[in-house]
Amino acid sequence: MKLNGSEILIESLKREGVKTIFALPGGVVLKIFDTLHQQTDLQVILTRHEQGAGHMAEGYAKATGKAGVCLVTSGPGMTNVITALADAYMDSVPLVCISGQVPTSLIGNDAFQEADNVGLSRPCTKYNFLVKDVNDLAATIKEAFYIATTGRPGPVLVDIPKDVSMNKAEFVYPNSVSIRGYNPTYEGNKWQIKQAAEAIMKAKKPVLYVGGGVGFSGASQELLELAEMTQIPVDMTLMGLGVFPGQHPLSMGMLGMHGTYQANMAIHYSDLVIAIGARFDDRVTGKVAEFCPHAKIIHVDIDPTSIRKNINVDIPIVGDCKTVLRELNQILRATVNGEQKELRKPWWDQIREWERAHPLTYQQDADGPIKPQHVVKRLYELTKDRDPIVSTDVGQHQMWAAQYFKLAKPNRWLTSGGLGTMGFGFPAAMGAQAAFPGRLVLCIAGDGSIQMNMQEMATAVVSKLPVKIIILNNRFHGMVRQWQDLFYEGRYASSYLDTTPDFVKLADAYGAVGLRANKVDDLDAVLKEAIAVDKPVIVDVPTYPFENCYPMIPAGGCNHEMILEDPPELKKKQTGSAKVTPEDKDTVLTA
Amino acid sequence: MEHIISVTVENKFGVLSRVAGLFSGRGFNIESLSVAPTLDPSMSQMTIVTSGDERIIEQIVKQLNKLIDVIKVVDLNETEFVSRETALIKVHTKPEDRAEALRIVDIFRGSIIDSTPGTYTIEVSGDSGKIEAIINLLQPLGIKELIRTGRVAIAREPVRPAAVQAKKVARE
Repeated sequence: MKLNGSEILIESLKREGVKTIFALPGGVVLKIFDTLHQQTDLQVILTRHEQGAGHMAEGYAKATGKAGVCLVTSGPGMTNVITALADAYMDSVPLVCISGQVPTSLIGNDAFQEADNVGLSRPCTKYNFLVKDVNDLAATIKEAFYIATTGRPGPVLVDIPKDVSMNKAEFVYPNSVSIRGYNPTYEGNKWQIKQAAEAIMKAKKPVLYVGGGVGFSGASQELLELAEMTQIPVDMTLMGLGVFPGQHPLSMGMLGMHGTYQANMAIHYSDLVIAIGARFDDRVTGKVAEFCPHAKIIHVDIDPTSIRKNINVDIPIVGDCKTVLRELNQILRATVNGEQKELRKPWWDQIREWERAHPLTYQQDADGPIKPQHVVKRLYELTKDRDPIVSTDVGQHQMWAAQYFKLAKPNRWLTSGGLGTMGFGFPAAMGAQAAFPGRLVLCIAGDGSIQMNMQEMATAVVSKLPVKIIILNNRFHGMVRQWQDLFYEGRYASSYLDTTPDFVKLADAYGAVGLRANKVDDLDAVLKEAIAVDKPVIVDVPTYPFENCYPMIPAGGCNHEMILEDPPELKKKQTGSAKVTPEDKDTVLTA
Repeated sequence: MEHIISVTVENKFGVLSRVAGLFSGRGFNIESLSVAPTLDPSMSQMTIVTSGDERIIEQIVKQLNKLIDVIKVVDLNETEFVSRETALIKVHTKPEDRAEALRIVDIFRGSIIDSTPGTYTIEVSGDSGKIEAIINLLQPLGIKELIRTGRVAIAREPVRPAAVQAKKVARE
């Protein structure tokens, strides 16, 4: 049966189990859109900006564990989606991005809306293809999905020139893929796993340091078994939140720059670090030379380049987290003698002492300005029974969400970790909502970040994606302001946002619902109202603008040297004489 | 430390830029790089001369392996290898220098591949030390133009004792 390129593309996507694509049309992809228009198997969500399409596909992928798909046009369509590709590349999100290209006869001629899509996306994709012949299209799509979803997942771009989308070819969808240069290792080395098990049995102060890889590999159950069997505390990375239940007594919460006191102290003073699906990012290690000075390090990762990239590793295990953990658990089950709790008691006593000494804390006065942490905490309390999916943007609110919103399961946490992309949260939440129409999807955002993809509110309203956005509105780029207060003597260079829009009216203008909580007492009622609405909602919560996020390890600092509260001079400043600019002083302080 | 890395890649468009982009994007150093198809025309062989400490070289090898179009990576420094480089050197030759130029070429077992009344074009091949040496000797004559291929290298075949060889042949 001969089909044209567009039909081949859509048939191939269907074979890959794609249900939803996030897309924005343009000249060279019109044939593809025209074909999409005449079928009903694939749902097309029309976004307002290609970056939104990319992040929606990411949100879809993170929530479902399957590849997200976006479709953009050539030139500016491609350049707009680059941020999402780079974000997905850093955070290992399986993504297939289809981009349009000018007809093959015009490639290289600086044609209208031409860009070198393969060249532009090369450093921020796992792989990319330019399809020059319609006969190669089906096989290319098969390879794209295979590469995106296997091994360490990542984004793959398929660039389709206009003529390829129109030319006809026999449609044959391959059953399998074989790429001689690409054979991810799933099975860990048995001898190394045995070494790891021995090290675990010998360790007195071990810590599990787990990341997003555990989620991608679906190894949460195996991780839980390992932790419970051996009674080892679990530090989670930002990307790893949810792979281990946040409320579990063995959970230390997040580690790293804004991690909990106990998580950072535990890893610093440990004698064995068991890193699983994590990559020793600088936000976790702090000063590399003094990272875990007393510890032996086991590192399980499917990507060999992650191992020994930043940190010297004693027992490297290249393999899939789930496969390796299964094998490790099997060995440990035979050796662990049921006295692990007793054995670990001194270590746990120490950890509980750290926990008691410096718990996560903030002060919320009944009649004072609303504290951002309090908003996250109330949101968590009010929604935890509904097993929500939570997305965030990037900045202070993201860290507070990571600290106070305790997730019970994987695939519930959508955040931009590696690239730190402001504007990620809202479209990502929409992508997750598109995958799970019935679920509660929350987007915790800042007033700075949300404006970076605000235009997608139109998409949310039209495509009926009832995401609940909670804006912690401090009228600042809060994290920038925090660094300026701590390291730049309080000079607020371009961090004060001055005239933010009225988000309630803005929601209204888009046909969404806008709500505001002005006082602490209003907060619960407003949040409940927002959750009850079956429409996209913005909840604008003006918060205390000078709240800082602690604990904090200054960049390049050491994990056990955390700043735990505002330094005295900053405290003094905040209680009286905070200055933005003279004329803005009142506005900021009466928040 | 200098390492010579031999990389077998898919013979497709864009592969060179993937490899070059990896080196520039991660701040790895390339001293020379040569590429040409192998006996199997679907593959190309790259020889990359790079330098770095042990950890950097390990990362280079791993990152190259991670590229989908890379089929095989060998750090030749881990084995015995031989390397060669070819240079084409165009030297000015005044009438009184021509004999001297010929002598130098002869010593280095090079050859003259083009000649004009005022120049010789010399082809010489060898390890990098030899190329450096002939360049140094020719410099006083006046080098007009110089092209070097960059190094190519190949692992030495392990030498087996004759008895083992014979057994293997017998088995086959």
